[in-house]
Amino acid sequence: MGKGKNIDERFKKFGTVSFTSISKVNNFIGHLEEGKVMGTKCNKCGKLFFPPRADCCHCLSSDIQWFEVRGKGKLVTYSTLQFAPIGFEDDLPYSIALVDYTEYKVFGRISVNVPAEKIKVGVEMKTVVNTLPNGQLNYVFELV
Amino acid sequence: MGKVAIIGVGQSTFVRKYPGSIRELAFDGFREAICDAQITARDIDASVICSAPEYDKQRSPAGVLAEYLGLNPQPTVYVESLCSSSSMGLRLAYSLVASGLHDTVAVIGFQKMSEISSAESQERMGRGGDIQWESPFGTMMPAYYGMYARAHMEKYGTTAEDLALIRVKAATYGQINDKAVYRKPVTEEMFADSDNMMSNIVAAPLRVGDCCANADGSSCVIVASEEKARAFCKKPVWILGVGAATTGVNLAERDLFSGLTVAQQAADQAYRMAGITAKAVDVAEVHDCFTIAEMMAYENLGFAKPGEGKDLIRGKETYRDGSIPVNVDGGLLSKGHPIGATGGSQIRTIVMQLRGEAGEIQVKDPEIGLVHNIGGVGLYGNVTILGR
Repeated sequence: MGKGKNIDERFKKFGTVSFTSISKVNNFIGHLEEGKVMGTKCNKCGKLFFPPRADCCHCLSSDIQWFEVRGKGKLVTYSTLQFAPIGFEDDLPYSIALVDYTEYKVFGRISVNVPAEKIKVGVEMKTVVNTLPNGQLNYVFELV
Repeated sequence: MGKVAIIGVGQSTFVRKYPGSIRELAFDGFREAICDAQITARDIDASVICSAPEYDKQRSPAGVLAEYLGLNPQPTVYVESLCSSSSMGLRLAYSLVASGLHDTVAVIGFQKMSEISSAESQERMGRGGDIQWESPFGTMMPAYYGMYARAHMEKYGTTAEDLALIRVKAATYGQINDKAVYRKPVTEEMFADSDNMMSNIVAAPLRVGDCCANADGSSCVIVASEEKARAFCKKPVWILGVGAATTGVNLAERDLFSGLTVAQQAADQAYRMAGITAKAVDVAEVHDCFTIAEMMAYENLGFAKPGEGKDLIRGKETYRDGSIPVNVDGGLLSKGHPIGATGGSQIRTIVMQLRGEAGEIQVKDPEIGLVHNIGGVGLYGNVTILGR
């Protein structure tokens, strides 16, 4: 097809600044556009992966299916940044965090709508799709 | 396998902005180590060059440095594991000598961080994490370690004041280290004073005073076989144990946030190889890129039980005259942290301690020293045990 062939670079849309353009799990972005945060499940051994993976390191299978990150997890830890790396200055202040769903954990940001005094280790949170001011997509944690 | 010794150590003065190029910077540490070992470049059979990429434009720096340091035509290789690059280089040099392939190997670490701005540097360091899944959220090292600090505080009741005590200790010794970037005193009051820069939040709960500074620097460690060591050197320091471990780069892959598993595992390996326990360590250098990192190191290395690291620093047990002196050269917090050079600088301090040549910071008659050097956010862990 030469010039006419479209290259799937959807991963460029992930986060304030994406450092990856092409991934075998580019459909993650398609799912974000549909309002879903999704991980992958190995069809051979059943292992769940978040972040999603195209390949299973336990059984070496590349036969995967998508599952939605649903329900609630617990806030493991977090940090609120007052300084940002280059490219992220306009987002300040923001909190990066880890939420434990027992079968897997999710690394991301806490929603700017969560009041600082409500952010506590152990609090129950859910993961939701978020559109950033620059039009990029990510996901954030909100209180349940 | 034969015994392996360290016969020469050197480092440049760590500075905010080195007035020269990377090869010239590397020369400073190399010359000091060669003079220390009282050998010449012709006595070196191979070199291992260590740094973290993307701070300068040179691709494949090993070739450039080997040429400038007069190490052609001997083989050279580039090694990187972010902030623990030169400890990983030492591990490689150990194996090259222990295997009998080479007799004498130079491990040269360098980093010229001032080629880029501080914000660019934070972005580079953030990209030492998972660039596909974490960096797009705006990660940087103080924030990652801030997450560990939060978890440690929640689990064990460690306070921001406890962390400040670690910086105060570092500055106590940094003031008298003429190779350190930061040589001013730091007090607890500075952390309590909202007008003082030290108290400014970088990534909560970590403040400016909890963070080490970027620096330009180089280091060099010369490793030799037992035969060469005895021929070249009056006071060889022996490599008794080398441990190394990794974990998932994405924090989502990890289970422990109040400590670093790589440090625990590397320490276990190194202790076992040396045939000792933590109690035998007389002096240690730990990777205090942030105050919380030193606190966790106390516990991960077995100097304190989990959660009891704060008692060590409150009781000043990690000061020079305490039960387990740690970072009595000022640590990364005072010396600065020129990524690829840091491990070699830590090794240098312990070698000088074991030789009894540490001057004002000399610990009383140490026999066993330990170096804990971490790459990334607890991604790579190296623990090295040295003995007289």
